[in-house]
Amino acid sequence: MKKEGQIRIPSGCALSGIFSKNGTPVAGDKIVTSIAVMHDRSNGLGGGFAGYGIYPEFQDCFALHIFYETSAARQSCEEFLDQHFEIVNLSKIPTKKVAGVIDEPQIWRYFALPLPHKLAASQLDEKEYVARCVIKVNSEISGSYIFSSGKNMGVFKAVGYPEDVGEFYRLEEYEGYCWTAHGRYPTNTPGWWGGAHPFSLLDYSIVHNGEISSYDANRRWVEMFGYRCTLQTDTEVITYIFDYLLRRQGLTLEEAAHVVAAPFWSTIARQLPEDREAYTYLRNVFSSLLVTGPFSILFGFEGGLMALNDRLKLRSMVAAEKGDLFYVASEECAIRAVEPELDRLWAPRGGEPVIVRLNKKKEGAEKLCQCQ
Amino acid sequence: MPVSMIYPEFEIIRKEDRCIHCRLCERQCANEVHRFDKEHGRMLADEAKCVDCHRCVALCPTRALKIVKSDHTFRPNANWGEETIHDIYRQADSGGVLLAAMGTPKPYPVYWDKILVNASQVTNPPIDPLREPMETRTFLGKKPHQVHRGPDGRLKNELSPGLSLDTPILFSAMSYGSISLNAHKALAKAAEKLGICYNTGEGGLHEDLYQYGSNTIVQVASGRFGVHKQYLNTGAAIEIKMGQGAKPGIGGHLPGAKIAGDISKTRMIPQGADSISPAPHHDIYSIEDLRQLVYSLKEATGYQKPILVKVAAVHNIAAIASGIARSGADIIAIDGFRGGTGAAPARIRDNIGIPIELALAAVDQRLREEGIRGDVSIVAGGSIRESSDVVKAIALGADAVYIGTAALLALGCHLCRSCHAGKCNWGIATQQPDLVKRLDPEEGAGRLVNLVTAWTREIKEMMGGMGINSVEALRGNRMMLRGIGLSDRELSILGIKHAGE
Repeated sequence: MKKEGQIRIPSGCALSGIFSKNGTPVAGDKIVTSIAVMHDRSNGLGGGFAGYGIYPEFQDCFALHIFYETSAARQSCEEFLDQHFEIVNLSKIPTKKVAGVIDEPQIWRYFALPLPHKLAASQLDEKEYVARCVIKVNSEISGSYIFSSGKNMGVFKAVGYPEDVGEFYRLEEYEGYCWTAHGRYPTNTPGWWGGAHPFSLLDYSIVHNGEISSYDANRRWVEMFGYRCTLQTDTEVITYIFDYLLRRQGLTLEEAAHVVAAPFWSTIARQLPEDREAYTYLRNVFSSLLVTGPFSILFGFEGGLMALNDRLKLRSMVAAEKGDLFYVASEECAIRAVEPELDRLWAPRGGEPVIVRLNKKKEGAEKLCQCQ
Repeated sequence: MPVSMIYPEFEIIRKEDRCIHCRLCERQCANEVHRFDKEHGRMLADEAKCVDCHRCVALCPTRALKIVKSDHTFRPNANWGEETIHDIYRQADSGGVLLAAMGTPKPYPVYWDKILVNASQVTNPPIDPLREPMETRTFLGKKPHQVHRGPDGRLKNELSPGLSLDTPILFSAMSYGSISLNAHKALAKAAEKLGICYNTGEGGLHEDLYQYGSNTIVQVASGRFGVHKQYLNTGAAIEIKMGQGAKPGIGGHLPGAKIAGDISKTRMIPQGADSISPAPHHDIYSIEDLRQLVYSLKEATGYQKPILVKVAAVHNIAAIASGIARSGADIIAIDGFRGGTGAAPARIRDNIGIPIELALAAVDQRLREEGIRGDVSIVAGGSIRESSDVVKAIALGADAVYIGTAALLALGCHLCRSCHAGKCNWGIATQQPDLVKRLDPEEGAGRLVNLVTAWTREIKEMMGGMGINSVEALRGNRMMLRGIGLSDRELSILGIKHAGE
């Protein structure tokens, strides 16, 4: 049987997100409780989490989470890492034996900084340097897979139900200002853990529910810019699209959302002239990055979270607020499970991004924006 | 009179009990096939002159006529077929190059017919174009590599001039001269109504059609017929014709007999002079020369017009297209070898070039590998026969398609492949005033609008089935395609999987 990456596997899913706007740490077991309610939206073939603000002690280092299929793979990957990074700290990621999670690969974590002379020689900025290293490892070093590579954030994923995966990774021991979770319902057996979600590059992480119909148009376009879609999943290509638009093109989140879930021409025609020009320009320039077909995504990034539906809203997604906490999930029950009383609950419209950010500058965290 | 060794290809069957001797067939046939035998009071036919254009059949008020292929035969021979034998007789008679018209009739593989399209089931929903928006608007032109912002933080609009089409279909180049003014008028009017473009071909632009300039692509070919500053500035875009799918490696031909009156004026050449375009542009012997012509045309039009470069699909098309993409051109038009023509040497039409499907797939892939697919749009032509061909072309990587033969069929063409004779009974490929007036531009435009509207509806249905609600998400989306009965090699060139995979 072919592994994920060798074939394209459509999936249905559950997703949930919690964001603390004032930065108060939220323990990982809360998101596990939330996603567990939507058990029936997953089929035990993939679950995962992304936490932000979870590594304050290594906040300046890139936290690389890596799956190794063999010790030999680990050796060659570590050789590569040694050539490109200063490794500040390395360890196995602590796990616990759980009945529903089996066949685990070796799971390692490295806190790493790019080697200064290598970085200078590459003529790239730090993030691009790291991104290229990640893509290189994932596409060229067989048996090694970097599934998390941001600063002060981390992805934890496995084949299994999300609540079992959360227990396996001992998420109750982590605290962060933002958590996203994913329960997967793939139509095929993914065969390995890399196929589980979230998908992440640098500090960007995506959990996604849907099956996009624009996949190959999007994939073939972003692959022009050095990305390699090794997993053939929607989530992977959407992450690369956002990375390209935000980091490499310098678009704002709102602009990027309007590329991915572009307003219809008929909507654009009704807008004020300057907005009309801007939206027409974006749709024209980035036409191959329009994503069609059903999707609801949670896009995590340093200091913020964006929820976005496809422009027809072909997937369920509800958002809610309680004080400084923002919640979003495929179903309302997943929010009520952890916050029964809410200040506000709404269903974001198709194509309209909901963006939340940390609302005060947190010590040590850089480039945090004001909440809108 | 020498013995004719060629037995007529067709037989005209006239049902005598239906024929009322109205002689309409006689008046309608510019080839002078029909005549009235007064002595015996009946209609006769000289089948040797018949081109099977169906004009008489379509107009016969009593349906007394039909045309069938003659079953007269040579001794069957798998190697020496009837057509081959006939061609030898013709060349032995004339000593000339065999002329032909329209696309090759040879049974080459049509890859469109070996590609199947996907649809959504269960895991994602099909989208119903009757109930949801379904977008076909297409922009052709160069995309900036990097967006920039002004001092106010707003995005700067740095798009080069391009073409905006309401549906990803354009009428391909057919010159005034090779086709009639009425045919050109019909194309221009239809293009305006459809929000698309037609293409002048290499014969210049008749003054009456300047009003349709914003829906016109003006062509600059190696003969430079009818090219002047006003012409260039009238069009919405300028196309440099390097080659044509039906006759790669040679220029356009228009016999002097067709160069009369306004055609001579529009082409800016003397009446009756043969209009033979050189095989190359004599200022383009290499890719760097092409760049100079591209920029000369941009200079002449104040950098307000996108430039298309049209090339025939030949063996090395991917590298050629890559060169064109770096020449400053905004759009590449690739013309496959099954494409039509008003006149071409038969041997060239039937043997030179490669199919558009393979050329398109190779070009799109190469431009992506080089990271320059955004520098140019791709228009694919050379036998796009139906809406599903359009869907397949776009999924292989085209931005839009050119249709020529399909447009002529809509105008009444019956594919008799005799355009070069100039006696088109349907008023399309002729300059005889009595024949030209048979084509009513308004009615023709209406039929063209119907055709493209119908195709667009079908495209929307197929897109909806795939769960795609905007055509840009179909472009290059090869995962939506599967091959059927294709070899691994063909699949790998097309960049698609086989059905069942």
